[in-house]
Amino acid sequence: MTSGFQASSAGPACTSCAIYNSANLAKLGVETGDYDYVAAVAGNPNTGKSTVFNALTGLRQHVGNWPGKTVARAEGGFTYRGLGYKLVDLPGTYSLLSTSNDEEIARDFLLFGRPDVTIAVVDSTRLERNLNLVLQILQITDRVVVALNLMDESQRHGITIDVRHLGRELGVPVVPMAARKGEGLPELLEAVEQVATRQPATSVRRVKQRNAALERAVATLSDKLGQAFPGLPNTRWVALRLLEGDPSTEQAVRDGTLGDLGRGAAEAGSARPTGTAAR
Amino acid sequence: MSNAHLLDQAAALRDDLPADFQDGIVESIYADAAAISSHTVSRDSQRARLTADRLLDRALTHRVWGFAVMGVLFFAVFWFTIVGAAAPSAWLYTLLVDNGHAWLRDGFVALGSPAWLTGILIDGAYLGTAWVTAVMLPPMAIFFPLFTLLEDFGYLPRVAFNLDRLFSAAGTHGKQSLSMMMGYGCNAAGVTATRIIDSPRERLIAIITNNFSICNGRWPTLILMGTIFIGALAPPALGSVVAAGSVVTVAVIGVLTTLLVSWALSKTVLRGQTSAYSLELPPYRRPQLWRTLHTSLIDRTLFVLRRALLMAAPAGAVIWLISNVDVGGTSVAAHVVGALDPLGLALGLNGVILLAYIVAIPANEIIIPTILMLTMTLGSGMSGAQNGVMIELGPAQTETVLIQIGGWTLLTAINLMLFSLLHNPCSTTILTIWNETKSLKWTSLATLLPLTLAFAVTFLTATVARLAGWV
Repeated sequence: MTSGFQASSAGPACTSCAIYNSANLAKLGVETGDYDYVAAVAGNPNTGKSTVFNALTGLRQHVGNWPGKTVARAEGGFTYRGLGYKLVDLPGTYSLLSTSNDEEIARDFLLFGRPDVTIAVVDSTRLERNLNLVLQILQITDRVVVALNLMDESQRHGITIDVRHLGRELGVPVVPMAARKGEGLPELLEAVEQVATRQPATSVRRVKQRNAALERAVATLSDKLGQAFPGLPNTRWVALRLLEGDPSTEQAVRDGTLGDLGRGAAEAGSARPTGTAAR
Repeated sequence: MSNAHLLDQAAALRDDLPADFQDGIVESIYADAAAISSHTVSRDSQRARLTADRLLDRALTHRVWGFAVMGVLFFAVFWFTIVGAAAPSAWLYTLLVDNGHAWLRDGFVALGSPAWLTGILIDGAYLGTAWVTAVMLPPMAIFFPLFTLLEDFGYLPRVAFNLDRLFSAAGTHGKQSLSMMMGYGCNAAGVTATRIIDSPRERLIAIITNNFSICNGRWPTLILMGTIFIGALAPPALGSVVAAGSVVTVAVIGVLTTLLVSWALSKTVLRGQTSAYSLELPPYRRPQLWRTLHTSLIDRTLFVLRRALLMAAPAGAVIWLISNVDVGGTSVAAHVVGALDPLGLALGLNGVILLAYIVAIPANEIIIPTILMLTMTLGSGMSGAQNGVMIELGPAQTETVLIQIGGWTLLTAINLMLFSLLHNPCSTTILTIWNETKSLKWTSLATLLPLTLAFAVTFLTATVARLAGWV
């Protein structure tokens, strides 16, 4: 990893070639049309989410070098190898645990919007802090591609990242990128298509609770949730929220909307207003 | 619902857990993240990493130098804007207002268009839009790219960092400095940006005070007033420097007002704890010059101009109508201005300015054209302009018109700048505040508090100036 970036999941020579892949990308702007898949862009503030979003959709969401620019969801579309994608740019957040408006928008979309792929954009110069969010995203969904962005900066600062090892640890594809220069985009598209069209990996990293009593409680409750809502993909995460007494999760259990997740209600998230009012 | 048992079960399990189990949830995530990154990341300690960034940060966020650099940078941005915009503005003026209007008017007359139609379309709507384009396009085309370059470089979070100490002293959330920054582009965007603030109390303070960030629509008013009234006080060589200084001064008064009003709110109707938070200082990045120019010109400049034009065309038509529809031998505009004059003069302004602010509630961008058009129409008639025709003068002659016909003094100009800074938000922003708060009470407060403040401050300065015998 000293010069140039290789995707950890490099395909045959021809299909991973930039010209080949870019030729299959059609930027649709805000016209999402009849899409086949929903993809979300999530990540910490100021990691280049909007840059990735713009590169894929051809839109010009405002990008700037400071955290907190994107507070609402932006939507756009692209097609890649004949498949239509609706791409949703989520507000940048440090976690999905607390209750500010922007974090709620991101969390609710991942949970209720059930994107087919979530592109987790990560600042490679601050990997550890960014992984905190990635691990939380992996608790909610296993259909994730990690876009290891700002590789040009981390190289400049003498930081080397073992991309293959990171991919094995997380159990999802990791694509090194420099989105501002368009580097790594073809590989990202390749990985997005893979995750969207195939069964999710079984080896996805799920954080185990270090406190044994907590881990037992999570396991017990998670089993019950699995019985009550067959097919629910993130029972452990929901169990944690219930143990914490999170009001919106409790509400989703009480009125049964959580059950829709098991049936794959991809549109449930879009029905929610992007900007819920101050409480 | 049969699912209620799950909640009971969760409650029962929770009782068996240690009281601090929530910390454990976060700790497990952090521990995992640390373990993964320790196995995948290696650093080349030979390379001097981030040292340049750190040195720069030490200077830019210094208790004293940080503020000095801030002042110098913003001053420089305004100075470039004022100096750079003068020539292209004059050129656009000649093209669109002087020549374009005459050609169009002659064309309409030649085609046999009735006088009222020519009046509304050409003397009203067209002149309104032409004026706005000539006055606003050049400064915006310089100001936005410069501001975007600073933003791309990563300077704005440093400004937020510097201001954070002041905001926490005012009892508000430090992230308010970020939403305030957004407000310098557009207050509606600034109000939306307050979503990054978790606490409802601090978010309301940020929403109410966002109005004191000068938006795109108000910069042209300030720059024009600063240039023709305050810059003119200095010797010609120093004119642009003094003009830029006056605009910066108004912006600084805006920041102080934000802090003062925030403090007052957090001590009265919005009492509460100040939240702790962390503000990330992103790395400095080399701005992408061409992309910045492209996006700030296409997206920001043309976007704002489009909004201004959409507002200016109907406003121009409305002004033409109220100036030409007579009731009892006097135009509607003259009646309204006459009624507003006593209040306006008490505030160191005049009836024309107040009427212009009523017409311009949808967009601050059209304040100056509206004032000039009304002044010319209702003035003593010495200019020979037809009723309701927006005047055909370059910025250089504007001062003459305002002083000789409108009876303006230095006080009028200064108070117009203050009024422009403090007065109520535009209708778009008010609507956004309503959407974000869904509360009539807070929307009204956010609208009326600035307006009251604007009346109070301008009344105060006018009274002081009169008692001191300056005017």
